[in-house]
Amino acid sequence: MTPAIDVKNIYFSYKKEIVLADISFSIEKGRFFVIIGPNGSGKTTLMKMLSGVEKFKKGKLKLFGRSIRRHARKELARQMAFVPQTIPTDFPFTVTELVLMGRTPYLGVLGVHGEKDRDIAEKAMQFTGIAHHSQKKLNQLSGGERQRVFIARAICQEPDIILLDEPTASLDLAHQINVMSLMEKLKKEKGLTIVMVSHDLNLASMYGDDLLLLKNGTIVKMGSPRDVLTESILKKTYGCELIIDQSPMGDFPRVTLVPGKRGTILKVKDIPGI
Amino acid sequence: MNANLTSALIKRIFTVSFILLLLLFFAMVLGLSEGSTGGGFSAIWRSLNPSNADDAMLASIIWKIRLPRVLVAALVGAALSSGGLVFQALLKNPLAEPYILGISGGAAIGAIIGILLGLSRFPGVNLTAFSGSITTLLLILLMASGKSILIKDALLLSGVMVNAFCSAVIMFLISLTQDARLHNIMFWLMGDLSSSDLHQVGILSILLLPCFVVIFRYSNIMNILLLGDELALTMGIHIKRVTLILLTTTTFMISATVSHCGLIGFVGLVIPHLLRMILGPDHRILVPACLLGGGAYMVFCDLLARVLPAQGEMPAGVITALIGAPLFIILLKKTAS
Repeated sequence: MTPAIDVKNIYFSYKKEIVLADISFSIEKGRFFVIIGPNGSGKTTLMKMLSGVEKFKKGKLKLFGRSIRRHARKELARQMAFVPQTIPTDFPFTVTELVLMGRTPYLGVLGVHGEKDRDIAEKAMQFTGIAHHSQKKLNQLSGGERQRVFIARAICQEPDIILLDEPTASLDLAHQINVMSLMEKLKKEKGLTIVMVSHDLNLASMYGDDLLLLKNGTIVKMGSPRDVLTESILKKTYGCELIIDQSPMGDFPRVTLVPGKRGTILKVKDIPGI
Repeated sequence: MNANLTSALIKRIFTVSFILLLLLFFAMVLGLSEGSTGGGFSAIWRSLNPSNADDAMLASIIWKIRLPRVLVAALVGAALSSGGLVFQALLKNPLAEPYILGISGGAAIGAIIGILLGLSRFPGVNLTAFSGSITTLLLILLMASGKSILIKDALLLSGVMVNAFCSAVIMFLISLTQDARLHNIMFWLMGDLSSSDLHQVGILSILLLPCFVVIFRYSNIMNILLLGDELALTMGIHIKRVTLILLTTTTFMISATVSHCGLIGFVGLVIPHLLRMILGPDHRILVPACLLGGGAYMVFCDLLARVLPAQGEMPAGVITALIGAPLFIILLKKTAS
């Protein structure tokens, strides 16, 4: 089967600094794929390559067997939708207006939508549980609700792949689980391929089918949560102490941080002025 | 949700346009009927059926002097308001405006150079004004680029500096000019509509109307640009191409108005803000609203400029700045908080 995303030997540099070096992997259709790694490992840049926001310098990137460079922007938008980390709020569009914007790749220049588009938007809002807010302004919603509005907008694009850049980073626990479960539902019920950048190793372990661990722009390890989230790999990659055991929730690893060893950090009384 | 949202959008565009068209029409009738030689609404009626010599003279004042002026004001107001709207959407800064950013100043330098070189107003001065404004636009974008967190302020500050520099160059050029054209140049600079004639109306229409169509064509795309570059790109928008087309069109439009009517500031700030407050953020409604509402506003401002002074008149740019500058400060405070 042709993979949904196939990356071969991708390089990316920014101002002579290499951000991604020789990255190759593929994502099968209908998988929940999570990209993890320490700060500055190139996760977000990799996401930008995948979404077509940034152009890579060298290498190949295929979507369903076809080079990304051969897709027109509009065509790409019908195949792949993106959910950003920070949600712009300055402009008081209503929830419905914003969700309907997801139909843009299917509409004419003025974005005048028909009944079918409204149906799709309505279903997307019901799916993400924001239908009751449909007439509210975006800036009247909480962070978690706004995130679900933007997910509904992504669903409206009717994509095969959804890309998410740390969608849970600024959300409280309930909203984190909510967003992750929505993605799992999209995967299971609609067969979508989910690609997510995340800092949260436990969420990645719980929901991810495949994990990709990056450091300094190269792949450290790729595989199932059990393969990637091991003590030795994570200690080396993140440079901190941690314990891995089985999650009480099921057959996947749980990561627990261990406070830094005494002696490696200054004692409070040694800091002048405190 | 089953209510017809599609036709609702189109209906809304038409309703808003119709109301503002009425306002524009009212402003134009007022602009035709009032002036230093007096008139009132009945004057227009009498001028249509002149029964004596007085009426005939009034008719020629209304149709030969006031009409072109009112039409030019409407066109210029439409161009400046929609220009401001485009700048605010593209630069994602509610305070962006061609005049504040120095684009108009650049056009003015180009226009003065054209005038001093003895070029004709069209196409000579138009072209020098356009090159002047494009140059300042590039300068501002260059200065404000670089990944600053305070990108919004960087843009405004760059604009203020460019504006100050442009003013200095303008004064420099004027001080070199020692002939009788000086008064004319000064008056024109402050935003003068008094020399309008029907020929000018024709030229401005040819230059501006196509620009209005282009801006409306991109109105929905401006909505999506508000969501940020990443989202817009992944929704299928060619950001670079769209930005280039819109910035060039707007700059062209602004330089055309500057070369014909001088520096008229703050219209592009006041009107889009007012309309956005009333009508919401959808550019498909805001573009036609700015074109019509901006036109009406400018006709009113020009009328005030004509009737406020006991003798003679003042440049329309004085009125727009007197209204616009305080509003700018209020908005700046509001955005800061």
